[in-house]
Amino acid sequence: MMDHILSLLIFFPALAAMLGFVVRQDSIRAYGIAVAGIEFFLSLWLWYAYDPMVSGMQFMESAALIPAFGINYLLGVDGISLFIIILSTFFTLIGIASLTETRRVKDMIITLLFLEMTMVGVFAALDAIVFYVFWELSLVPMLYIIGAWGGPLRIYASVKFFLYTFTGSLVMLVGMLFMAYFYYQATGMWSFSILEWYRLILPENFQIWLFVAFFLGFAIKVPMFPFHTWLPYAHGQAPTIGSVILAAILLKMGTYAFVRFSLPLFPDASVFFMFPIAIIAIIMIIYTAMVAYAQEDIKQVVAYSSISHMGVIILGTFALNVEGVSGSVFLMIAHGVVSGALFLLVGVIYDRRHTKLMSEFGGLASVMPRYATIFGIMMMASVGLPLTINFVGEFLSLLGFYKQSHMLTLTAGVAIIVGAIYMLAAYKKAFFGPVTNEENKKLKDVNKTELVGLVPLVIVAIWLGVYPKPVLEPINNSVESIIQLMHDKAQSEEAKERIPNLSDSNGIISMQEAH
Amino acid sequence: MLEPVNVSLASLNLATLAPMLIAIVGALSILVIDMVKEGLHKSLYVMVALLFLLLDLGALVDFGGVFLKNGTVLGFFDVMLMDGIAILSQIIIVAGSMLFIPLALTSKRFHEYNYPEYFALFLFMIAGFQFMVATDNLILIFVGLETASLALYTLIALHNRSKSFEAAVKYFTMGALAAGFYAFGAMILYAISGSVEINQIATVLAADHYSNIGYVLIAVSFMIAAFGFKLSMVPFHTWTPDVYEGSSAALAGYMSIVPKIAGFVVAMRLFEFLVHSGVVWLQVILYIGVVVTMTAANIWALVQTDVKRMLAYSSISHAGFVMAAILIGTTQANTGLFLYWALFSFTNLGAFTMLWVNRQKNLLPGQSSDHPYEKFSGLVKTMPMAALMMGLFMLSLAGIPPFGLFWGKMYMIGSAVSAGYTVLALIMALNSAIAGYYYLKLIVFMFMKEPMVGYDRFYLMNASLSLKTIIGIAAVGTIFAVLAVNPLLEVITLFVYNSGY
Repeated sequence: MMDHILSLLIFFPALAAMLGFVVRQDSIRAYGIAVAGIEFFLSLWLWYAYDPMVSGMQFMESAALIPAFGINYLLGVDGISLFIIILSTFFTLIGIASLTETRRVKDMIITLLFLEMTMVGVFAALDAIVFYVFWELSLVPMLYIIGAWGGPLRIYASVKFFLYTFTGSLVMLVGMLFMAYFYYQATGMWSFSILEWYRLILPENFQIWLFVAFFLGFAIKVPMFPFHTWLPYAHGQAPTIGSVILAAILLKMGTYAFVRFSLPLFPDASVFFMFPIAIIAIIMIIYTAMVAYAQEDIKQVVAYSSISHMGVIILGTFALNVEGVSGSVFLMIAHGVVSGALFLLVGVIYDRRHTKLMSEFGGLASVMPRYATIFGIMMMASVGLPLTINFVGEFLSLLGFYKQSHMLTLTAGVAIIVGAIYMLAAYKKAFFGPVTNEENKKLKDVNKTELVGLVPLVIVAIWLGVYPKPVLEPINNSVESIIQLMHDKAQSEEAKERIPNLSDSNGIISMQEAH
Repeated sequence: MLEPVNVSLASLNLATLAPMLIAIVGALSILVIDMVKEGLHKSLYVMVALLFLLLDLGALVDFGGVFLKNGTVLGFFDVMLMDGIAILSQIIIVAGSMLFIPLALTSKRFHEYNYPEYFALFLFMIAGFQFMVATDNLILIFVGLETASLALYTLIALHNRSKSFEAAVKYFTMGALAAGFYAFGAMILYAISGSVEINQIATVLAADHYSNIGYVLIAVSFMIAAFGFKLSMVPFHTWTPDVYEGSSAALAGYMSIVPKIAGFVVAMRLFEFLVHSGVVWLQVILYIGVVVTMTAANIWALVQTDVKRMLAYSSISHAGFVMAAILIGTTQANTGLFLYWALFSFTNLGAFTMLWVNRQKNLLPGQSSDHPYEKFSGLVKTMPMAALMMGLFMLSLAGIPPFGLFWGKMYMIGSAVSAGYTVLALIMALNSAIAGYYYLKLIVFMFMKEPMVGYDRFYLMNASLSLKTIIGIAAVGTIFAVLAVNPLLEVITLFVYNSGY
């Protein structure tokens, strides 16, 4: 069974969703929780069976799909994708368990299960076309969730979300086809396998063009400045569950794809674009932090802070060394946990008051003490307080980039610290001071359903902040092999210098082992 | 003294006529049945037509086997040419027709299906298309084209609505103009080469190194105009939306698939040798034609308020997309053309059938066309299955993986990439993004809006078992296309490559 655990993880929720059509409306929630729970345990089992000492791909599966065009159903996980897969199953479970939506729950849960399939599929796919299939397919359930359960501008927001991402990924598809064609020219065989592509060394100018094609697809998904404009709309209009999944998992697809595709496929181009991208990332951090400060709506604050932190992930990724990339992968997990939790928390107050404007609140700490505590912990984690999960990731990302440029890192570091201002200000406005609004006086504190979702997140946020090793070590091993691969493949002098050499002997470790 | 002509019957190889003759015999037998006993139910004719189409398909598959063993078969004074692309396109034509003809079994009565002539004409039309693709003789192409077109005009007019007459007349006039252009083009080609066979023309032109290039260009311009009309390339597309709107949704879906594949094959035979021999002017014109057709049709489709008109423009855009194969001209691209069209026929026929089941006899007050977007508003709440099906077809048309059309798109763009047409590949990809918007619009109406009172009683009004079966077949073909792509690719590549394209 372990041989096909990844296929099981991908298709179990989809199959369950199909059967879900039969389940009656009033029982569908329990059904959804059961399915997501089984899926979560399967993913934990995957972690248990995963060998953290091996840096290459594990649990690989391969089946011919369209051999005439080199497309294979190729799956596998390494330390980078493992934890994002667990994060996906975890958030689907939490999302369904703490679902407060009452309109057409059945459609919602079936949609969420389909979404889970696409999320796991994206992170487990090792064939570019299989990756692309899940990548695109993930848009459809999210489109429906935003468009059917969202706020007043939901249709505009969902269509904008869809079209932005779709356009970017079509350019990426052309890039993939080019990559396959270059592989065909080099070897006489069509192949879309990423592992095969890793072995292909391209001339630098080809790399640059392909990097740009892939970059468009990924950057829109992340979303990087200036392609970020769809995200505030999507978050603003999406129902709580939509925002949670979007922030926690879907955005990670972009940053994950950078690590999986852009870095190892185009090492020279990555070095070439390192500083421009770092500057975009810093603009992202500073600009969105400023925008967040100006928001009236607490959900928008969280949304913009989420974009801001995605900037740190990008910065870490383009540090192109082990610390930076490991840190950014860890920060993907951390960001998922923290921003997912923050959106859940915003959903809690929205369910009670049906408004998200901060001016409507104030003094909530005295009315809802438990809520205020959890919100406080998560907010501290979000601003990167030491001993919380975000700190580890941010610190490593910045440490990594410090080796490339002191100035840019200092700017980014200062920006992150300043970024704490808007979170603290928002917290102050909503939670401290006297209760000014009559309606807030009789608000109920968080109930059990909500605690089911929030408490595990708090535990994870603190546990991994204090003791990140179980997660960080497998990530580190896999990242090392990617960095080594990049160093070996790099051609230009600058790239050789920027990307550290990890092995003393010059033998290629890493990906080839996995074959 | 006239020499007696000696032709042995064996050298005629009359078997090459078998597939078309089966269709013609089918048409005649429908007429004979009607003569013997009048007033029979349409279901009889549908089944008779279906049986003859099945025989036709069997004959074609048989030819496919012969082709793979012995290569191209010539027959009937070498006028008939049964090469790989002829067989492939005939299979698509016949299979598409087999999916279409059961759509006559609606639960509501429609005027046209009361006439057995409808089914006879339908089979004659198929025979016409089959002649058109199975020859490289310009005269026989013309005969096939006109047989098919005249039958098709009549089928449209039989729908018996003022808009249908308008559509039929419009299509007829435009078609006649196109036929004129075609005749002129063929005449000039004959004048400069002394032959009406495309391969002879190619040989003669190559032998004198295109010394008559001026005449070639004039001939090609006429031909482009003729095929522009038939394939609804911009700017010769203006008839398409009106004709589609006027015909029944089922027939519109049919028109977007079968006549076009016949046109593509002839265009492939005629234009590819010219593109390959470096007639730069033709390359440029085709390039512009492809890009403009894709893009402009997409932009027009954005502003439509009627789903059928939207699908009409979208099918123009798809045709432009596929025309790129003729410009690129590699084996991979031509394979992509057939793959795309095979997958497209499933999805598009499914989409048009979904319109067909919602066909209402009379318009509501304030309703301007048969299928406005509002008609599908909130469909997921009233009929979740129908909404899912329609959504599936829209996603497939938009090129969302893993549904049918994505694989065709991917392969076509891949062929553009490997032939060095980078910009074209990007334009093709970005056009899919533009198209995404209007397909999404229908999904938005179906899944995100509230149902509109008044329209809900028309949903699935026409749905009979046979219509639902066709939708089911189309849906299965769309969802599980990924499993069919590899065998299709292998077979099509074999056929196309061995025909020398």
